[in-house]
This record gives sequence, structure tokens and C-alpha cells, in this order.
Amino acid sequence: MTHLHLTVNGTAHTLDVPESRTLAQVLRYDLGLTGTKIGCEEAECGICTVHVDGLPVNSCIYPAFKAQGRSVITVEGLAEGGRLHPIQQAFLDHGAVQCGFCTPGLLMTAAALLAHNTDPSDHDIKVALKDTYCRCTGYASVKRAIQSAGRVMRGLEPIPPAEPAIDEPLHHVSVSEPVPDVADRVTGKAKYADDFTFPGMLHGATLRAAYPHARVLSIDTSRAKALPGVRAVLTAADVPGENIHGLVYLDWPVLCAVGDKVRYMGDAVAIVAADTLEIAREALGLIAVGYEPLPVVGDPVSAHRPDAPRVHDGHEHGNLLKHIKVRHGDLERGFAEADVIVERTYHTPTIEHAFLEPECSIGVPAGYDSEHDKLTVYVGSQIPYQDRSQIARAMGLPEEEVRVRGTLIGGGFGGKEDIISQIHAALLATATGRPVKILLTRQESLLVHPKRHATVIRIKTGAKKDGTLTAVEAELYGDGGAYASLSDKVMTRATTHATGPYVVPNAKIDCYVMYTNNPPSGAFRGFGVTQSAFAVEQNMDLVAEALGMDPVELRRKNAQTVGVTTATGQVLRESVGLIETIDTVEKDMRAAGNGHGFRWGWREGDIAWGWGIACAYKNTGLGGGAPDRADAEVEAFDDGTIEVRTSSADMGQGLRAVLAQIAAEELGLRYEQVRVLLSDTDLTPNGGPTTASRQTYMSGNAVRHAATDLREALIRATAEELDCPPERVRFEEGLVRYDRQTIAFGDAVRLMRESGQEPRALHEYWAPKTQPLGSGGDMHFGFSYATQAALVSVDTTTGEVRVHRVIAATDVGRAINPLLLQGQIEGGIVMALGNALTESYIIEDGVPWSTLLARYKMPSIKHAPEITSHIVEHRLSSGPYGAKGVGEIPSINTMPAIANAVYHAVGVRVFSVPVDQDALLRALRHGETELHTSWQDVK
Amino acid sequence: MPAWKAYHTPSTVDEALALLASYGGAAQIIGGGTDLLIDLQHGGQEPTRAALVDVTRIPALGEITSEGESVIVGAAVTHTAITRSALLEARATCLVESCGVVGGPQVRNVGTLGGNVAHALPAGDGTTSLVALDAEAEVAWGDGRREWLPILKLFKGPGVSALDSHRDVLVRFRFRLAGEGEGSAFRRVMRPQGVALPVLGCAIWVRLDEARATYADARICIGPVERTPALASAVQEALRGRPVGPEALEAAVAAAHASLHPRTSKYRATAEYRQHMVETLLRGALPLATRRARTGQAVAEGLGLA
Repeated sequence: MTHLHLTVNGTAHTLDVPESRTLAQVLRYDLGLTGTKIGCEEAECGICTVHVDGLPVNSCIYPAFKAQGRSVITVEGLAEGGRLHPIQQAFLDHGAVQCGFCTPGLLMTAAALLAHNTDPSDHDIKVALKDTYCRCTGYASVKRAIQSAGRVMRGLEPIPPAEPAIDEPLHHVSVSEPVPDVADRVTGKAKYADDFTFPGMLHGATLRAAYPHARVLSIDTSRAKALPGVRAVLTAADVPGENIHGLVYLDWPVLCAVGDKVRYMGDAVAIVAADTLEIAREALGLIAVGYEPLPVVGDPVSAHRPDAPRVHDGHEHGNLLKHIKVRHGDLERGFAEADVIVERTYHTPTIEHAFLEPECSIGVPAGYDSEHDKLTVYVGSQIPYQDRSQIARAMGLPEEEVRVRGTLIGGGFGGKEDIISQIHAALLATATGRPVKILLTRQESLLVHPKRHATVIRIKTGAKKDGTLTAVEAELYGDGGAYASLSDKVMTRATTHATGPYVVPNAKIDCYVMYTNNPPSGAFRGFGVTQSAFAVEQNMDLVAEALGMDPVELRRKNAQTVGVTTATGQVLRESVGLIETIDTVEKDMRAAGNGHGFRWGWREGDIAWGWGIACAYKNTGLGGGAPDRADAEVEAFDDGTIEVRTSSADMGQGLRAVLAQIAAEELGLRYEQVRVLLSDTDLTPNGGPTTASRQTYMSGNAVRHAATDLREALIRATAEELDCPPERVRFEEGLVRYDRQTIAFGDAVRLMRESGQEPRALHEYWAPKTQPLGSGGDMHFGFSYATQAALVSVDTTTGEVRVHRVIAATDVGRAINPLLLQGQIEGGIVMALGNALTESYIIEDGVPWSTLLARYKMPSIKHAPEITSHIVEHRLSSGPYGAKGVGEIPSINTMPAIANAVYHAVGVRVFSVPVDQDALLRALRHGETELHTSWQDVK
Repeated sequence: MPAWKAYHTPSTVDEALALLASYGGAAQIIGGGTDLLIDLQHGGQEPTRAALVDVTRIPALGEITSEGESVIVGAAVTHTAITRSALLEARATCLVESCGVVGGPQVRNVGTLGGNVAHALPAGDGTTSLVALDAEAEVAWGDGRREWLPILKLFKGPGVSALDSHRDVLVRFRFRLAGEGEGSAFRRVMRPQGVALPVLGCAIWVRLDEARATYADARICIGPVERTPALASAVQEALRGRPVGPEALEAAVAAAHASLHPRTSKYRATAEYRQHMVETLLRGALPLATRRARTGQAVAEGLGLA
């Protein structure tokens, strides 16, 4: 065997490794340089980029022996002499690091650019980073960081971070504090699930269904078990507990049993653990499964037909997973009062999260070593406690016998809420007595996890001549896929938000979420509202046009304000900043006319330009009567530090910072005195799911209360020492003060401990009670609001659509961390831009076509528009310092704003996304004004 | 099962041929591997390759050298090296423009021109330009023959090459550099969804008469139209002898509409859209190539983001 000679980050290596390795595998698994990430193994995402002899290459499709004798630089080698490379520092300073999983790729690609060009233009940056994806940032901060680093390399001052203007900063709250440990994400030190290894660890692989719908007649694992190196082959018969999981309904088998059915192509039939991944995969090919193929239910509308095959034989309502209803006022009277009625049908496709970190779980058996006395699963999960309960149920163990340890999460966006391989890893680890890692390939990830619901939405909107809305009637179909996941909740949100953020006195909305044989649908940033807003906000423009009214004016006239009643019967009592968001965006948009006067659409040669506007609202928290609780613990130590603990996920949005800021604020500490421990079910209390834009509010409130409780206890403990009345003790700058006397915070902690009390406070925070849909009460305790305007161009010779600018104003209650908030908004906008222009997950009769990242394009930096983001702060009194949620709202109105802009540019209305240049050009050539097909319909 | 077992880096063509022969068809040539590895890892039930034979360390395959009025481009020259060649930019502009829009920098730094041609796609970007440049390819056949062939002889069907990548080596390309009164241009249309294959690509080479007033000759490759790359002979014919100007452009467009009938490709483009794009690309690329031929000046456009 030939040896591989490589110089990596300046160190020469001679390696005895198989010649079949890729460079990424050698770096990660043979040299332990796990900073280089593997995102797709298709040369699509670019996050595996390293330099070979100075040139950036995709290490995941680069044979290691191709680099024979070459010099390789990885993210670990960017910093020199302990000093960060200017691009690393700039990424930190500009908030260009969110989940951090793509960061090494972006850094290496950017560093290669800067090595030759320290003054790159926007164009240069787009060329260099075109094929290096980031799913979190929306690229705006990345561009600023690169230009700032270039300036530093030229000996100039860096560019200041683009923080939005906000109200009243406190000491730490409403200040852009850095995310604790974020520096590890620019040096390659940060550990995600696949970066962990354990001695003796095995590799797991999963046999997926061969049909989208079939009865399993037999499973023969004998040949697979006989393959040398295979340590376990498990099927449904080997599940010790209940062979079922599910977040809302228990309908998803852990492994599909003989006699039962497979219901989509991602269903798991058998799992293997082996000494190497290659052996595990080879073993999958030796498992013989007998199937009886069944007729496939391919879409939600046909699923509803009485003669449709049943996806779940025992489900009492056939394929109807849920019928969701909104009834408000008197619909007939509402339409009778209308002078204009617009009724249209819209289609949105299935959308994939495409978080850059494929799912990975590692199961470690109970008793493996002193650190693992119980069955432990390492996973980057949005809901660690529900992972635990679902693992425990399947393993037949009490929940306390299972520990879930959250790793860093390389992007989630709602796609890491469900069980994917957590239970499989636990089963294999228990069966083999050894740690087992199950890392999904990108292609498997595309196949398996729940996605954004495809919808068909018919909506009828009535308005009086003066623009007053009189009624909305809507019918929504949602493709729930094979298993319920969060379909019920997601489509409820689509339904209740189907009036838009407007006063609609009469409404009748029906939503049918259907089981089909497609991949399940579940949570995805925007949570159903992204889909309904696409329909609602275009109908608003159609109404405006029919009335001859300005689209902004129509929205302002009907906008929700404090005191109005929503279609679900909720009276909005506070924190309704919609009109301010409309006014703010309109001002910027109209000013963009450059003194030539504002126009919604115009032509410059072959290029047609158009502005479009859309509004949105989105609830914070679970709502709908679900008890919503988050627990947090704050413990103080004699060294003057505190630790904040909760099981809430930081998937890149920066929750660690938000919680640390709140604790530091309440305890008057320096920010550096606060540590945050998240997502370990043995060490951190349950913060609830990281979903529904709820964690700043929920865990933020829990931490605030826990910190306040701890402060009160510390006051009681120190008042005596300071000889002062408790009400005059203050916490400032890491000190406890009374008049001129001070003691260090750590000393106060010691006093408390000496007085016999643990310096620790646990708070169970319960959100204000909400009411179920249909009860007419408050479904939610708060809503965020947003308005966005988009400027697009359409090349009338090719039909190509580009988004040049997005102006956003977002009412978040309070900006706890302005820079992180900006990142959420910019990232959310570009993600939604993908929904509008590039993304569609295609399924053909139950068989996914989009099983390669090469077939699922998310926005790259070349699509990223210039974003102007304004923060509006209408405080929500129950929120921490007035804050409400922001995670989802930026991803709701971008799509309709773009669609409305396309209409203003070329007079063609888009009823189906993504906007298809092919169909658009044909429509233009034929003088048609409506587009009802998209890319996925080109056959 | 690994996608391949052994990995060889021969330093001569003969060594590469001998290695391939020694595996009796179980080994395969690898250039940059940016397409091959994806095929091997995700292409379905591909058998394990006993070995990959990497031709990028063979010096002759990595060079760009001019020989009088011709240039020789090694098959293992990367897309990046082509886009950075001042000689090619000035005198084979369409090739630089087409290689400059392939993938992103990471792929262009590794992917080779020979790999693009060997893939035999009907709309390979580099391939399209090589056809318009009337390139020849030198092939070292597994049976020991070594010959120069017109490039169009290499394509047998969509993704089917005359070369057997388990036995033969594509060595280099040769074509005439643009001389006095000659110029070229490449344009393409992509869609932002789905596979990164062009909706339509178009490379044009023209030669004007001495007065720079009339088209003396033209070679135009627009694809995918046929199952393999092909010259748009009717469009070329429509230009020959015609004075440069709007009338020639309209004649070319009319000839294109009459003679080129692209098909619908699932999830990629409708036939009707492609038919429109034939016109759009001609209207963009023909005046550009013509201007370059008239002025003798050429600066490649659209690199990196087209």
C-alpha cells in the first residue's frame, strides 16, 4: 500500500490510509481535524472547502491521494501564532457566524479570495462564494465581514457591524453581546454530533423502504448478520418497548414490522451496526425484504377522495389527519356587503430545510464508562426532552434511565424536531454494548426528515369600495405526508393566519391536512403561515387593483391595531406594531425612486422592474390552549461566575447569548461571568421545544425569573453581612453594593452557601394561558408583525427574475441582541427568497426526485439581495423586557412580496412557486397574465 | 463498499494506458473527479472501481502551449487555468467564457476540460466552445493507436463518449487561435432551480472578410438540441457572405428557428422556452463575437456568475 504524504497546516504527515479515502475523510477521521465539515458529498454546498496548494477545493469529492505531496490548509490552520486571521475576526464581529456549520467553508473560500484581492467588490465576493452555501445568515453579514477583513488586511479600520437602530439599551439587554464560545466556530474547534468519537464506536446504517407504500411480507437478515464486521442487525421484532414515536400523535414506527406497512420511501425497515460504515452499508444490501406494493396516495387533494387508498389503515377519518376550522361573524353578510370579491387558488410546493449539518445521533450504552452510567444519546436536537421520552418509550425504559446530550446544531429551522435516528442509535448501542454513530448522508437526509407542507390554497376576499375588508373564505389543503409529525399544529397556524394581519369581520376557513405516501411534513420556520401568507398577500394586491387603490393603503386601512378582534376571536390588547412597520417600509420604498417619483413598476430596455409589498404576523409560543412551559436554572459559584441551564436549543440563532445577557442583566454581572449550559437532560431543566419563535420569550422569561429569584436569595444572605436593609442592596458590575460598601459577587455567593443555602434557583415559567381554536378566547399571548417590500427585475428576454432589494420592518417587541436579531431577519428573508425563486422538493407518485442536493437548489450568495432591516419595538408586557419572537416572522412575507413585485414588473401574477422563468417568459410571449405552473411542472 | 480501491498517479500517458490495461477494464480514468466522484457515490448501483488512474500529474496533459497559429490545451488543464490564460481570453474567448461559468471556484480549480468533453453531455459548456472552435482531440487508445480526431467524433449519445474511460486516455485538444478578423463568444441560460445543467448554451465563432464588413465564415454550436453536440449548419450558412448588421442577425435568427428544434427536458426546460432562448442567445452572442472579430479586442464577459 502506498503511503499518503500530506502537509496539513504546515505539519508534514505520512499516513497509512486506504486509497479510497476522500481528502475530507482523511482530515476528519484520520487526522482528527473535524473543523472541515461534510455537507453533501456532491460538490454542491462547498462547506468542506480547504486549500490545496493555495487553491480552494471541495474536499468531500477530492480523492485524498490526489493531494499526494501537496500542502493542505484547513480552517484549523487559518489562525497564525494564536492570532485569528482577519476573516475569522470579521466573521465574529459582523455576526456572520450563526450555526457555524458552513462557517469553515465560507472562511476558507473567503480567505482564498482575500489572499489575492483585499479589496473585493460585491461582484468579486459573489463569484468567489457562489457555491459555498450558508442557510442561516442570508449572506449579508458574510459580505460585510469579507469587505471588513479586506480593509484590515490593507491596514485600514474595519467596517463597523451593521446593527439596526433600537430603543433604550440596558447594561446587557439590547446590546449586541457575542454568543458565548462562538469563537470556536471560526477556528474549527466547535463540536457537532459527527465530530464526537468514542473508543470502540461502531457505525450504523439504515435500510429504507423500497416503495412509498407497501406491505412488508418478510425480512431476512441472515446474510447481513453473517457479514464479517457486522455487530448487529435489528428489525421491529428487536424493539424492546413500543415500536412507535411521534411528536403529537404516535403514528410513526421506529422500524416497520413484517405484516405492517411502509408508508414512505424514508421509512426504516432494518438497522445495522458494523465496525465500519462501509461494512454497515454493504450489510444493508444483504437484507432481503419481501413487499406487497400498494397503491400510492400522491397528493393531498386526491387523498381526500372517498375511494383513495388508506395510508393508515386504522385511522378513523381515513386519510384526513385533521380538519381545522375558523368561523367568525356572518360570512354571507360579509360578502353581501362587498363591492369587490377576489377568489383565486395558489400552490406552494414541499420545501426542504437543507440545514447544512445532516442528522447524526450517537448512542452510548448504559455502563459504557463512568461518564455514561445510563443509556445516552448525543444529538443536535431542537427538543431534547421529547427525544428522551420517545427513546425511553421505544426502549421500554423509564425516562430517567435515558440521557440526551445536545451537541451543537448545524442548523435546524424546524427540521430537527422529530425523531430521525435517535432511537435507532439507542437500539444498536444497547444491542451491541458499544457506542454507535448513525450519520445520515445528505441524500438520506433529503429523503427522510419532515419538510414544509405543500399546500393548495383557495382564498376569497371581499372588500368595500373604500377598501374595508368584509369577509374571507378560504380552503386549504396541506400535504401531511406519511406521518403526522407536527402537521396538526403547523396547518392550524396556516389556517388561523389565513386572514392575514388584518381586521376581517367575517371569516370561514377550512383546512384539510391529509396523510399521503410522501415524506412527512412538519415544522419549518414560518410554520404554515409562510404558505397562507403567499395566498393572502397576493389576494390583497388583487383587491387593491380591483378597487384602484394603492396596495400599501389597503393594508394600512385594514391593519390589526390594539383593540381589534382577530378572526379567532382574540382581542389584541397590546404590542401590535403592524402600522409602524408599514409606515417604515413605505417611507424607504418610496424614497427609492431616486427623486424621479416612486413607481410600482417600470421598464429599462429589456429589463422590467417592480416593487411589491406584503405584511405578516406570527404568534410567539405554542398557543391554542397548549400548556407552554420552560424551566431554567441559574447557579452561582464562589469564583463569581454563574451558570445558566436549560434544555433549549441554540441552533445558530444565538439563544446562548440572549440567555446570558438576561442573567447578566438581572444579576448585575459582567457578561464574561455568565456561562450557559444547554440541552442535557440530566443537567439542564426542560426549556420545551425550540419552535414557534418561543425561546427568547419562554426560556428568556424562565432565566429572568430564575436570576431574579437567585438575586433575592443573595440579597437576603448578604444584607446581614453588609448590615443594610435588603431593599437597598444593588447588583452592579459584578459587585454587590450597599451605599459605599461593596462585596464581590463571588463573596456573596460564598456567604449564601455558608448560611446553608444552595446558591441556585430553578424557575418553572408558565406562559400566559391560551385558549383552543374555536373557543373564541386568546389563542396566543403575543404576535410579532412585519412588513417587507421587495424590488425585483425580470429579464424579458429570458424570464429570469432577480431580487435586488428587500426593505423590512419587524416588530419584535424588544431587540434583546440587535446584531443577532439582524441575522435572524436577513437569514429569514433569504430563506424565504428560496421559497419564492429556487426551491421545490419534487415527489413523483410518492418517490422523491429531489434526493440529491444537486436537485434542490437553495439560495446562494449570488441570489442574496441588499437588505435594509428596521426594528420596531412595541413591547409585549409579559415578554422579557418586552420581547416577543422573531425566528419565523422574516420568512413569511418575503415570498408574496416578491410575487407582488413580479406582477408590478411584468403584469403576470404568480400563483405557483418557485417563480419559473420558463413559464414566465412563455406567459409574456403569449400575453397571459397568470402563472399557474412552476418548474416542477415541466415534464 | 468503497467507490474505488487503488489510486494511481502515473506521470506519462503510456504509464496511464498500461495501468488501465493491467486492470482489464476495472479501473477508470479520473481527471479532476468533480463529476466522476458524484457519479461513483450517488449514481446508483455502480460497481466498485478497482482503481482510479489520475491523469492530472502527466505534464503534457496539464499544459497550454501555442504552436504557431494553433494552441494545444492539455486534457487535464483545469477550468481555472483556462480562465486565467491571457492567450485564450484574447484568441479563444468563447472557451474562457464557457469555462468561467462552470460550477464555482472550488469545482473550476479541480475540474478539467478533458473531463467536460469526456462526459459527452450535449451541452457541456467547454465542449460547446470547443466545437465552435473546430477543435481536434488527441486520443491515446487502449489498443496503442494514437490519433487526432475532430472533436465531434468523440460524442456517441447523451453522456456516451467514443472514449472508453476504462481503457483510453484523452490527451489534449488543438484548435486555431482567432486571427485577424476572427472572434468568438459564449452565452448560456441557466435556471436557478434543479440540476446545474444549462437550459441552453451557445458558442459562436465568426470570421469576417478583410473589410470586416461581411461574414466570411461562422461556426455556431447551440445545445442541447441534438443528442450530441452539433454545429448549427443552417445558421452558419445563413451568415456566410452576408454583410454584418441587423439583417444578418435576423437571417441567423430565422435560420435558427427554422432549423433548430430543442426538446423539452423534464424539470429543466420546455421546448418552447428553449426555442425562444435560441433566439435570445443568438441575439446576445452573435453581435459580441462579431464585435470582437471587427475590433480584434476581446475581454471575456460573465465569468463566475453567468
